[in-house]
Amino acid sequence: MTGPSDSRVVRVWRGDADDGELVDFQVEAHEGEVVLDVLHRIQATQAPDLAIRWNCKAGKCGSCSAEINGRPRLLCMTRMSVFTQYDEIVITPLRTFPVIRDLVTDVSFNYTKAREIPAFVPPPGLGPGEYRMAQADVERSQEFRKCIECFLCQDVCHVVRDHEENKSAFAGPRHLMRVAELEMHPLDTADRVPAVQDQHGLGLCNITKCCTEVCPEGIKITDNALIPMKERVADRRYDPLVWLGRTISRRRD
Amino acid sequence: MTHLVRRILAPEFGAHGVHSRGRAAIGSGTVRLDNWWRAPAATTAGLLVFLLYGGFRAFQQQYFFADERYLTPFYSPCVSLGCASEPGSAHFGMFLPDNPLIPYAALSLPFLLGFRLTCYYYRKAYYRSIWLAPAACAVPEPHATYTGETRLPLILQNVHRYFFYVALLVSLVNTYDAIVAFKHPTDGFVVGVGNIVLLVNVALLWCYTVSCHSCRHVTGGRLKHFSKHPVRYWLWTKVSALNTRHMLFAWVTLGTLVLTDLYIALVAAGTVTDLRLVG
Repeated sequence: MTGPSDSRVVRVWRGDADDGELVDFQVEAHEGEVVLDVLHRIQATQAPDLAIRWNCKAGKCGSCSAEINGRPRLLCMTRMSVFTQYDEIVITPLRTFPVIRDLVTDVSFNYTKAREIPAFVPPPGLGPGEYRMAQADVERSQEFRKCIECFLCQDVCHVVRDHEENKSAFAGPRHLMRVAELEMHPLDTADRVPAVQDQHGLGLCNITKCCTEVCPEGIKITDNALIPMKERVADRRYDPLVWLGRTISRRRD
Repeated sequence: MTHLVRRILAPEFGAHGVHSRGRAAIGSGTVRLDNWWRAPAATTAGLLVFLLYGGFRAFQQQYFFADERYLTPFYSPCVSLGCASEPGSAHFGMFLPDNPLIPYAALSLPFLLGFRLTCYYYRKAYYRSIWLAPAACAVPEPHATYTGETRLPLILQNVHRYFFYVALLVSLVNTYDAIVAFKHPTDGFVVGVGNIVLLVNVALLWCYTVSCHSCRHVTGGRLKHFSKHPVRYWLWTKVSALNTRHMLFAWVTLGTLVLTDLYIALVAAGTVTDLRLVG
């Protein structure tokens, strides 16, 4: 952006599950605005039927996920000032999920996967209000609680983005991180390691870190959740020394 | 190659990936406008240069010991009978046959290669740059099917921690080499530029080795309750801090390994004179 107000060409994908196309809009962009502001101006002045899912406009609800110039981003957290006057701005819906209309996709895949993860299992006899945990023990899980469920990581992950057939076997980074969150929780008593490999498809992840790259909360999904879970699987399945140690000591840490 | 480009860019190439039924019909496989191919191209070039240089040097069997005290990491530990050509280079005995197809450091090199091949960072690097799965984020991969690390041979990536254990031992050997290099057989204690080169190299090798994700796991990451293991928790925090720079150390050590080896080779060949700072 060169001045307080500029006229820009923004290309927005419009269509539904059957077909669609990129439509050019000449629209004003004011200083300090984000891409979502410009889309709202298009809605207000040129295309009142343009479908966009949005809510908080503060990067916390995770609703306005889309792809800007081919990269998964939050529409409300992408400032127009990152584009020069000569940059093309192409806005498309998430490309991993079925499109409903325009920029709105059906993200129910993620809710199905979320339901497949067993909930927190506290120690027997410990009621609500009686949980006591050291800060050092909960810190790792707390990082994962920052997730706003925008599903950008799910969208960018090539395991399902490029292979529709993997959707049944693979939970995606957001949900593998949820398993890690519970597995690292000091009071969770469930054994989640076999399921993370066999039911949630951790073995399909090849740690290429796109999930970490796109996370608007800056969560180190790969380094802090996925790789530690892969190491736990290696402990259990591929490390005879750890197996021997566990068998001899018969204890969990 | 044309086949790969078609798969990445052509929308009509089967109802696959982002072109699957029900997904937005956007045409091109990616609408990324930036130079997304630069990072994988640079990675491929970097890895290739190292492999070519390392492969050549591992089998050269010449110019690996300089000034009767500098042993290059590519020949450490020098355990081939061929190491006798450079008296003083074999710190741990000579027992492997002297054969052009067996590197003098055949005891360590395969494990070091395995350590880097199964490293979580290098896996990302070559999955992206060589296997193109994916070449860059939100850029379609060219493969029709994908099974990740669930089958042979990629399931073997899970042995990374064993390579890490061996790499720890090799780092100890390299450290020993760097320390004994201060002792010249006739001049006694000396310090030359080569000593600094070896020390910097070994320090960075330690950084790369202990910043490994498996190291992070075995030092403390596998624990459920950090508060019950304060020493391991402290170690884990230190390894975690290094771990955030694992990629940096991965590349820096490739560079320092080549430069250290090149320096020692040039000194050994007489092309460069090692400047003595002390002694």
